[in-house]
Amino acid sequence: MSEIITPSQTVGPFFAYGLTPKGRAKWDPDGTYSWKETIGDNLVTADATGERIRIEGQVTDGDGLPINDAMIEIWQADAQGRYASPRDAGARPNTKFTGFGRSATDKNGVFGFDTIKPGRVAGPNGKTQAPHVVVCIFSRGMLRQVYTRLYFSDEASNGEDPILNLVPGDRRGTLIARKEVRGGQPVYRFDIRVQGKDETVFFDI
Amino acid sequence: MTLIYPKESLSSFPKHLSPGYRSTVKRSPSKPLIVVPHTLSELTGPVYGHDAIQENDNDLTKQGKGEPLGERIIVHGQVLDEDRKPVPETLVEIWQANACGRYVHIVDQHPAPLDPNFTGAGRAVTDKKGYYKFITVKPGAYPWGNHHNAWRPNHIHFSVFGHSFLTRLVTQMYFPGDYLFPYDPIFNSVTEEKARARMVSVFDLDNTIPDWALCFRFDIVLRGREATPLDEDRH
Repeated sequence: MSEIITPSQTVGPFFAYGLTPKGRAKWDPDGTYSWKETIGDNLVTADATGERIRIEGQVTDGDGLPINDAMIEIWQADAQGRYASPRDAGARPNTKFTGFGRSATDKNGVFGFDTIKPGRVAGPNGKTQAPHVVVCIFSRGMLRQVYTRLYFSDEASNGEDPILNLVPGDRRGTLIARKEVRGGQPVYRFDIRVQGKDETVFFDI
Repeated sequence: MTLIYPKESLSSFPKHLSPGYRSTVKRSPSKPLIVVPHTLSELTGPVYGHDAIQENDNDLTKQGKGEPLGERIIVHGQVLDEDRKPVPETLVEIWQANACGRYVHIVDQHPAPLDPNFTGAGRAVTDKKGYYKFITVKPGAYPWGNHHNAWRPNHIHFSVFGHSFLTRLVTQMYFPGDYLFPYDPIFNSVTEEKARARMVSVFDLDNTIPDWALCFRFDIVLRGREATPLDEDRH
């Protein structure tokens, strides 16, 4: 008999100082606090190899209004398809790249990450997954997080991805981040529509 | 040890749409979630060890020049999986209102004083037995705009990682016997009484320090249990 697990509750509107302090926690009345960001929105480490990319998007609600108090977390493999986790039975990254990031949305509902484009990783039944990032969204008004995935518009392997192929064809596009080039750097645009028309696909996992 | 994450365990969670909590109405998915298998991407997760925290990150009463006002408390417990096996060396983050019910946040305009010695944020990493400990002050109740005369029960926000990206949990710890429980739609979004009880800390006299601080025990049970051959077959 398993234990009842601890239920989720909303992250609420006031998480910034605790979870995403950088640039937001303007609270240091006498200069004594040394509270530092543990997890940020820049995943790139000097020793990580691979293509440097930026991921950006806007989170909107059922009325199409920006959600300005959401927190987005991402989890991904490195460019060689290795997860920095002891639960990955394959090779570990040999760099400081953690593959985990956290970004709070700004007043326009926009989040962003600087990272490395992930490589392909093993999928179910001996198949290989297309490069992707697992995305988790927390917000006031969300009593539990929702999970989605970000795929890359310039990846031919999307067509054979075992997870993407479980998504109805007319909704698959919500998971594809569109490549733009800005100042010579690839930027993948990934808007998240929490509800309504063109609602982003969320996973029951 | 191979962990599996049965979805039935999520039955204790609130529904995405819980209209009593008004903000869920426009912020909950309206289309069915797509069922997909757990792959390496979900079954792995980040590891934040002791190098992720600094001294006094877990003592919210020592982050300022002086001590914060309010009732000093100890909050401790174990992070466990569904088989009650400890989850060692995992990051636990908290944030909370001060003793007056005010957060350090620009959006919080509740006319209660800020405390220059209290930010309300802390972190700890569990030890080999899954234990964590914080020293803080008891957060105050505060009003919010959900409905007429709405007040949040005293609570501390918790964020926990666990073994994988599937165990990721953000929740709130409540205090035993709070008279605001019957009126709070966030607390009551968890519809089963036994599941709600999981979010309520237990007064811990044994670990209360005489002449210094009351103690509350809050164990956190994350998704995940050891696979059995039967379970393996089902996957």
